Amino acid sequence: MQSFDYMAPKSAEEVVTLLASQNGDSKILCGGTDLLVQLREGRRKAGLVIDIKNIPELTQITFDTKDGLHIGAAASCHDICSDPIVSKQYPGLVDGIRLIGGMQIQNRASVGGNLCNASPAADSIPALIVHEASCNITGSNGSRALPVEDFCIAPGKNALQLGELLTSITVPAPKEKFGASYLRFIPRNEMDIAVVGAGASIILDEDGKRFVSARIALGAVAPTPLLALDAGGFLSEKAVTRENIKEAARMAQAIAKPITDLRGTAEHRRHLVAVLVERALNIAVERAGGHYVH
Amino acid sequence: MSTKTHITAIINGEESEFLCEPRQSLLEVLRETLGLMGAKEGCNNGNCGSCNVILDGVLVNSCLVLAVEIQGRSVITIEGIATANGLHPLQQKFIEHAALQCGYCTPGFIVAGKALLDQNPNPNEQEVREWLAGNLCRCTGYDRIVRAVMEAARS
Repeated sequence: MQSFDYMAPKSAEEVVTLLASQNGDSKILCGGTDLLVQLREGRRKAGLVIDIKNIPELTQITFDTKDGLHIGAAASCHDICSDPIVSKQYPGLVDGIRLIGGMQIQNRASVGGNLCNASPAADSIPALIVHEASCNITGSNGSRALPVEDFCIAPGKNALQLGELLTSITVPAPKEKFGASYLRFIPRNEMDIAVVGAGASIILDEDGKRFVSARIALGAVAPTPLLALDAGGFLSEKAVTRENIKEAARMAQAIAKPITDLRGTAEHRRHLVAVLVERALNIAVERAGGHYVH
Repeated sequence: MSTKTHITAIINGEESEFLCEPRQSLLEVLRETLGLMGAKEGCNNGNCGSCNVILDGVLVNSCLVLAVEIQGRSVITIEGIATANGLHPLQQKFIEHAALQCGYCTPGFIVAGKALLDQNPNPNEQEVREWLAGNLCRCTGYDRIVRAVMEAARS
């Protein structure tokens, strides 16, 4: 592997100071499940690797009913998925996060890293988008928040400016009659990269028979994960019917711009978008305690 | 460019010291500096599990851990699985069930199996298969491996 220096600062503030002093020659290390592979293969370069996973403020997972869930950018997938509040309140988020690699990877990889790596096929991102999650970013010029759907800007590129650090992800507290899910298609049972991923979240009215609102997000069908705004908007104020769900899935299909590669053809991917969005919406309806109107 | 760092860690229950460069993986140091050749380099990118070790009780791929990260921490490798009284039940059951062909993936599977049984002493078949999904065997020995782990759990 290429040579680099290694530092493990004790606070986010120290990390930001280090980033500012390095003029872009440093890389942030969490689990290393992407970074170390990329450094080894020469796909990324670093003069300094800054290990942030021993900084408590960056690994904390906290929840309160007002502000929702706060996931430290360096918290491991395993720590997130085994958190009792996350698994109870956010099953749709767990759907995505638990798919990132096997146990060894789950123990090391972080959701912050999954976001920063900005793969079009990242499994956590469509799930975060449908939960209206936002990225908390800090740099020497202050802090800002960015919706997750605006964080990835190209394959492998994120919206962080030089010297900025992703510190945490905020996921709003689920409202009454909220349900969400994430599904992906892969040709084997586990341990693969999504051919297509689809996330859906809905809020239903009190009777569970009408959509108040819906969000749909897609993975692996464009250069970045996509929020299918119109398809989700279509469901708002509509009755919970199989036909409306199918129509929303068809609308989501319309914004997919998949490519053909070794994992699947563009045609297969477009087909999968409709199938997975429909299924994800149905799971979300079930989780929200909805009732289909006939 | 980088100078060597002095690291002290507990490896298989014994305090160990070594010098390493930041770019060196734990796997590299285990095999090339410490002479612990049990963990294998398969893919060197986190897919195959041949290099599995247990770091502070947690299963990890040692090819994706920098050696400098283990300062003050505890590592268990395949060499630390057997006791003075003999083989670990997992090792014994792997032999009885012939749960290996070429043997290259075996240390990784046994370390992964130990990490599983340490936290879930009675896994069902589905749990074993899911847990071992991060380990690849190219001689297609999965059924025997799963049976060996299940049997070790029972014994």
